[in-house]
Amino acid sequence: MSTTADSPEGGSVAIAAAGIRKEYGDRAVLRGVDLTVGWGEIAVLFGANGAGKTTLLRILAGLARADEGTVRLAGRPMHRRGNRARRLAGFAGHQTMLYNDLTCRENLGFYARLYGIRDAGRRIDDALAQLNLSDRANRRVRTLSHGMQKRLAMARAILHEPAVLLLDEPESGLDAESVATLGELLREWAASGRAALLTTHSVEVGLAWAQRALTLDGGRLSGDIPAHDSTGYAATGHGSTGHAATGSG
Amino acid sequence: MELLRGTLAIAWKDVRLELRSREVIASALVFGLIVVVVFNFGLNRAPGSLAPVAPGLLWVAYAFIGVLAMNRAFTRELEQGGLDGLLLAPVSRDAVFLGKMLGSLIFMLVIEGILLPVFAVMLDLPTLSPTLGLVILLATVGFATVGTFFAAIAVQTRSREILLPVLFFPVIVPVIIAAVEASALALQGGPMTAVWTRWLPLLVVFDALFLVICPWIFGFVFEG
Repeated sequence: MSTTADSPEGGSVAIAAAGIRKEYGDRAVLRGVDLTVGWGEIAVLFGANGAGKTTLLRILAGLARADEGTVRLAGRPMHRRGNRARRLAGFAGHQTMLYNDLTCRENLGFYARLYGIRDAGRRIDDALAQLNLSDRANRRVRTLSHGMQKRLAMARAILHEPAVLLLDEPESGLDAESVATLGELLREWAASGRAALLTTHSVEVGLAWAQRALTLDGGRLSGDIPAHDSTGYAATGHGSTGHAATGSG
Repeated sequence: MELLRGTLAIAWKDVRLELRSREVIASALVFGLIVVVVFNFGLNRAPGSLAPVAPGLLWVAYAFIGVLAMNRAFTRELEQGGLDGLLLAPVSRDAVFLGKMLGSLIFMLVIEGILLPVFAVMLDLPTLSPTLGLVILLATVGFATVGTFFAAIAVQTRSREILLPVLFFPVIVPVIIAAVEASALALQGGPMTAVWTRWLPLLVVFDALFLVICPWIFGFVFEG
């Protein structure tokens, strides 16, 4: 997949968003967000409920349109006809995007066909194995627990080996073992030179997984610090740790 | 190639889901039977005298069944955010539209095919001809095309069950008129001149027009 050592899909940065504005009615949710995430970088986006985290992620994934501003993934513009850019992104949000009456393998098989994945059988096996779901491959989704469905949604997001992973509260509803599995996956993700941007209400998990911590406040990015500098993060006023209550941002 | 790949993947997924759950076809079949039985009693006609109104009853039933089937086909996409999954994929919005439309078309043709012999008995339909089959095919393509488009819009609202028929029926009136007129002539088994020169061309033009317009507008409705 890689074309160079530090830019798997081209473009000097993995995610480049400039001047993103989004309004719902007369309420401005995003007021000119500028954001870049480099290759090999995991960034976490913190913010209160309603801060616009989910909206920003959906705009980056191409699921929502910004009123103003531009989004580029690996240098490619994300817009309506942006099939190439969409192929670069893997997105897992609040909903699993799975079909309850299909098995895990059939769900992934459907998405493999949509993404035109060659050697789909091997990729499906790999993705299921990465999320510890190999033994559930032929079970219908409706028979899985919420946490397993969430892991299968992650498998769907990484199935086409995207360059950029966008995850909206990926740890919510997962048990400790699944959170650890996800953390390991993200570490391997960054080590392979790819990029990820995730949102979470769990400061502890976010700081453990990411190299950069961003804060969305009042529709703008108000903090951007190395994640290992938790003292610095605390100084921004968002420093309570532990699993906070989840909710859509 | 990408258009075909996406279209077939989505349509096959819908067919596979329906084979598992059978919720669209089963409910539409029951609904179709109820419609015909209710009309039968409501019109209170003597046995053997339903033939003049049979084409109208047939297409009213088919139109209601179509609304039911298309509404359900799109509602299923909302349950776990499947519509977002389709829109995230690197296939054009045209492929998403055509895939959903093809799935609905298959369901409706299967339902219509099963119900037609039942209707033939209950409504005293005199003959079943290949021309009638062609009329059903072309009219159902029109139903599925317009219905899929409006179902995609309606499903995003709270009043989806009401909104779809309100949007769908005014637009589909030319198809219903053409289908009823052509079916009446086909069932009488007389001269087919008007069918081939007037009603079938009308259905073909309607289908062609909306098969261009609907995917195009769908792309703007779901612009990411």
